[in-house]
Amino acid sequence: MTSFIIRRLLLTILVLVIISFISFLLVFLMPGDPAAAALGLTASPTQIAELRHELWLDRPFIVQYFHWVSNVVRGDFGISLSYRDPIIDIFKERLPITLYLALWAFILSTIVGIAAGIVCAIRRGGFLDQTISVLANLGISVPIFLLGILGIYFFALKLNWLPVMGWTSPVDDFLLSTRQAVMPVIALAIPGIAMMARQTRSSMLEVVRQDYLRTAWSKGLKERQVILRHAIKNALIPIVTLLGLYVRVLVGGSVIVEQVFNVPGMGRLLVYASFSNDFITIQAGVLLIGAIVCAANLIVDISYGWLDPRVRYD
Amino acid sequence: MAIEMEKPTPRVTELRRTIRVMSDRPVVVAGAIVVFLVIIVAIFAPFIAPYDYNDQNLTDRLQSPSPTHWLGTDALGRDVFSRLIYGTRISLLVGIVAVSLAGAVGMTLGLAAGYFGGWISNIIMRFIDALLALPPMILMLAIAAMMGGGLLSVLISIGIAMMPTYCRLMNGQVVTLKQNDYVTAARAGGASNQRIMFTHLLPNSLPPLMVLLSINLGTAILMEASLSYLGIGILPPVPTWGNMTQSGQQYLLILPWMSIAPGVAIMLLVLAFNMVGDGLRDALDPRLRGTL
Repeated sequence: MTSFIIRRLLLTILVLVIISFISFLLVFLMPGDPAAAALGLTASPTQIAELRHELWLDRPFIVQYFHWVSNVVRGDFGISLSYRDPIIDIFKERLPITLYLALWAFILSTIVGIAAGIVCAIRRGGFLDQTISVLANLGISVPIFLLGILGIYFFALKLNWLPVMGWTSPVDDFLLSTRQAVMPVIALAIPGIAMMARQTRSSMLEVVRQDYLRTAWSKGLKERQVILRHAIKNALIPIVTLLGLYVRVLVGGSVIVEQVFNVPGMGRLLVYASFSNDFITIQAGVLLIGAIVCAANLIVDISYGWLDPRVRYD
Repeated sequence: MAIEMEKPTPRVTELRRTIRVMSDRPVVVAGAIVVFLVIIVAIFAPFIAPYDYNDQNLTDRLQSPSPTHWLGTDALGRDVFSRLIYGTRISLLVGIVAVSLAGAVGMTLGLAAGYFGGWISNIIMRFIDALLALPPMILMLAIAAMMGGGLLSVLISIGIAMMPTYCRLMNGQVVTLKQNDYVTAARAGGASNQRIMFTHLLPNSLPPLMVLLSINLGTAILMEASLSYLGIGILPPVPTWGNMTQSGQQYLLILPWMSIAPGVAIMLLVLAFNMVGDGLRDALDPRLRGTL
């Protein structure tokens, strides 16, 4: 197991290095002059030249890249071109907000999705199975912003149950914060619930056909025991893989949800940065999010090795 | 199956069987009908839409739905229903072109990596690993930001964001398939690498990739809608369902249909593509039949 973890860790580091290269390449390949784009149309050639020099854009590619990486490793992402603050400080303020919402959505969709999938598999072809399957198909097809808009329309504007949008830290005002977080979290979780339910249903149905399950039945175990002890444990393996993929979906969803509900998280920051041609912030954001997803995948891989010993020796 | 007088080629029977299995399921048929209707609407948009998508009429701005304007008018007095009709064009265009782009690049890279192995495979697959670690939304956002929005930027960013999955799937297929005797036979017969790759390995590895292509059509449409909703995709005045939802949102209380209608349209089209994709998967992978 230790050598498996070390191997995974080294692979993750390699992938991180490539991600840093890709996010750097994005700006290098940008059509036109990034400095001119960031300063806008009113900038004089001298100003542009100064900014180019300040951002090391006038050096060779490799020099620029190593300069950037060596700063990043020390926690210095540079100064945001649109906010004029150190990017690392902006991240420290905004990342917790995104993680807070995403974590709730993750918990909600894992629990509800897996439970719904198990119910479907047990009552295959029945009314519950059909209803949940239809809902799950809708859930993977619906754009998150539509969920957000429908939520705002019904629960905030028509019924007045919840605030329209906004964000308050749970530390400042827990009740208001929770009321504001309900809709973003649910909108973020719905596609995840649908994904989990579909995957759980199909991997449960796959497991049900295995010989060891027939053995469990034939030795006279109760339905509860067969499902809880024998079926679910094995059906969980592909679901764990899906959890790794789900982190990527969740990050993408956050970008949209934060825009719909006006939440000042990482997603909104990146959208704003892209409007204002603040390419250093985008570059740093891509790297940071890539690193977070890599860390999540590492955890998934390790728990995979723990759940299924066969994986450790590939 | 009944005995047939003329024996069709295996590929034709396979195609027939696929179509039969798919047409047995009402949801798949319904999905296919919706997709077909949307294609018709996109082609004949100018004849179906009552107004031009860009006809501004400032005296009739922000109207509620009425017999003259079925879904009302927007802030510039443009007919929302007509814009919805024209919106089908961008959705389908982006779906088809972006997925083809992703498929072509990803499959070629995956084919090369799987066939040659060694350092070529290592370089390609580590690069793909890194792309896969980046959420598609973030990758698209970054690429669209660098390219400044618009159709080309949307196509390229969705194409790049989707490409890694094709590469990985193709690579896996080819690594297994190249062990087959027919590959050895082809090589013994003097076939070039190119010939083995494109006439032997490519057609044989297609079925799972076809499923991915059909499911991704819906995903690509959803991605375009999201980018346009965020304001970094297809920019107004070109009507897309994503940017229509976004611009209607501020009038949600007085004119809810202005943003809800295009949003629902996206959902239905994506759902239809997903249904067809699911049907195709069930038909091509008998092991999974009925489990999804």
